[in-house]
Amino acid sequence: MAMKAKLPESLDQVEKVYCETDILIIGAGNAGCFAAIEAKRKNPDLKVTLMEKAYIDRSGCLAAGMDAINTYLKKGKTIEDFIKWSRSQAGGLLREDLAIKVAENLNAPVEEWEEWGLPIKKNEDTAEYANRGKWDITIQGESMKPIIAEKVREYGCEVLNRVVATNYLLKDGRVVGAMGFHVRQGKMVVVKAKATIIATGGAAGIYKPYTNDGSDSHHQLWYSPFNTGAGYAMGIRAGAEMTTFEMRWCATRTKDFTGPIDTISVGYGTPMINGKGEKILQKRYAEWGGETAPRFIRANAPMEEWMEGRGPCFMDTTGMSDEEIKQMKNDYLNERPTYVLFLAARGQDLKKEPIEIYGNDPYIVGGHTASGYWLNSEDWSTTLPGLFACGDVAGGVPNKFVGGCAAEGLLAARGAVEYVAQLNGEIEIDEAQVEAEKARIYAPVFRLIEEGDGVKPKEMEERMQRLMDEYAGGVHQFFRMNEEQLQYALKHIKILQDQVKYLIANDLHELMGAHEVIDRLDVAEVLIHHLLYRKETRWPGWQTRTDYPEKNDEAFDCFVNSTRDPETGEVKIFTREYEQIVPGDRMKPN
Amino acid sequence: MPPKVDLTKCDGCKAEEEPLCEQICPGNLMTLNDDGKAMCRESRDCWDCMSCTKICPQGAIETRLPYQLGYYPAKLIPKVGTNKIIWTCVDKDGKIERFIVKTRND
Repeated sequence: MAMKAKLPESLDQVEKVYCETDILIIGAGNAGCFAAIEAKRKNPDLKVTLMEKAYIDRSGCLAAGMDAINTYLKKGKTIEDFIKWSRSQAGGLLREDLAIKVAENLNAPVEEWEEWGLPIKKNEDTAEYANRGKWDITIQGESMKPIIAEKVREYGCEVLNRVVATNYLLKDGRVVGAMGFHVRQGKMVVVKAKATIIATGGAAGIYKPYTNDGSDSHHQLWYSPFNTGAGYAMGIRAGAEMTTFEMRWCATRTKDFTGPIDTISVGYGTPMINGKGEKILQKRYAEWGGETAPRFIRANAPMEEWMEGRGPCFMDTTGMSDEEIKQMKNDYLNERPTYVLFLAARGQDLKKEPIEIYGNDPYIVGGHTASGYWLNSEDWSTTLPGLFACGDVAGGVPNKFVGGCAAEGLLAARGAVEYVAQLNGEIEIDEAQVEAEKARIYAPVFRLIEEGDGVKPKEMEERMQRLMDEYAGGVHQFFRMNEEQLQYALKHIKILQDQVKYLIANDLHELMGAHEVIDRLDVAEVLIHHLLYRKETRWPGWQTRTDYPEKNDEAFDCFVNSTRDPETGEVKIFTREYEQIVPGDRMKPN
Repeated sequence: MPPKVDLTKCDGCKAEEEPLCEQICPGNLMTLNDDGKAMCRESRDCWDCMSCTKICPQGAIETRLPYQLGYYPAKLIPKVGTNKIIWTCVDKDGKIERFIVKTRND
């Protein structure tokens, strides 16, 4: 049995472990794993290292599995069709240059996953994958993460499990690896790398979830609660350019469980109804396409019904057959198995009682909306030399989902391999930076030893989540916000950032919690700046400004980007023009 | 939500370098208590992904829903095979449903 590591009692006692690699990938989820495999395929002589906060077999968004791939180009569908659909779903704003390249690579990783063992349902007559809506295919993905983890090992990639990344190693403005700590051993880990790919996922837990009863439901979230925005925060602290944080991922999810509903709506064509039994989308949002309205409309619709006194709202399952209901529960077992338990615990017969729906706590997640690193479409590089990004942490390509995040893994790996090939000379690191980071990482441990008192990570997390929920458009406020509320939120986020010095950690798990809240605060700060800048309402639900309820194309039909100055801490907000490549009305799917 | 550990079944994975539930948990939540039995250190922080429940060689872990969200005593028990999982679901009134889900191609 492994011995539990003791916390260091002073800074001198902290053991530092140095590693060196050619390509470092931070985050071994779907995108990171595909990046690792692709880098090895492009050049087997390269050393490829994955730094993973959890354990690769069940880490990231796919820990429990997945029941569909939402972006697969079926026979007869073109890349242009896909861009038009995705663009309209995102309210007309996406990076078309990036999205086209993602679309070109959507199918290969899915087919490869199938070869490696992932069961995908086929249409018996055509031998094509069985449809689930226009772009979706049904998979039986309970084991898709262990399957890809096996392949990562087979390809000879090195995996550093249970290492929490905290900051990039920087040398003369270039990213030359990353630093962090081992959450089991307590050692500081310094990985020097020729190229670095960030693939840590998006950010959950910025906002307070409504299921939080103060006891056992704090992580009853749709998005992985262990994706805490580390990759965004590391980029923000190093001055990377970020885009579109204000396009928050608020969605309609199953009430009280915050589970996915595409399984029900797309999978089984059930309509969304209100408490009066009216088909909400068909009745009030017909001009947006009814049941296939853009995602932000579908997120906002049930919340509007509640506000107007017509809640609760449901996905009407009462017309489903017994066979369909059984199959739908099967689908849930492949992605969120405890939703089947939830229905059983409610004693709910879906033919008599439909599935209730509600909004979720907002997430920042580039796989669904467009928040993340601003990328160069030539090679998936970020604005920091030596750093590439893929998956939910990468910005500009909404609706990429699991398939698109895998595709970005391939694209970022190709960029990184080419970058490494043209490098000359040894990489040097700045030992002063390593020492400063060591002090920053372990500060909550020594504060507790020296002062015996301070702020627990959970206390700070809950303060931040309540603040964001109430003043920056959380689910309890029906996603609404105004200038004064956002300014209030920003003022208090700045106070919390200053109070980080009082954080205390009693063990390594709590130390991880401390860094998770520090990272989330940096994401929240930048998010508020983005929300303040967009003085319009472009995506009701995702971004609802009560003081600017209309869309203003003249001023804001563009990307809102930001950088935070690493020296002064000042957040600079600016815009970048929309570049249309695929012709047509950007709000129309065809 | 909190994995509930049956202390009579859990042997702390003595033969393993690290208990399997501790190794697999994506939230770093499973650990051993002073008696060498598995425990969830922060039940509020569980995402109920069921990774610990599925991997436990003793079948000692049950994933429960928070009572605030779903009524007692519903259960969902996975029996993990090489290429499939047989799920048994018992609702709050004792009604049983069974599902066989393929997890890997043969």
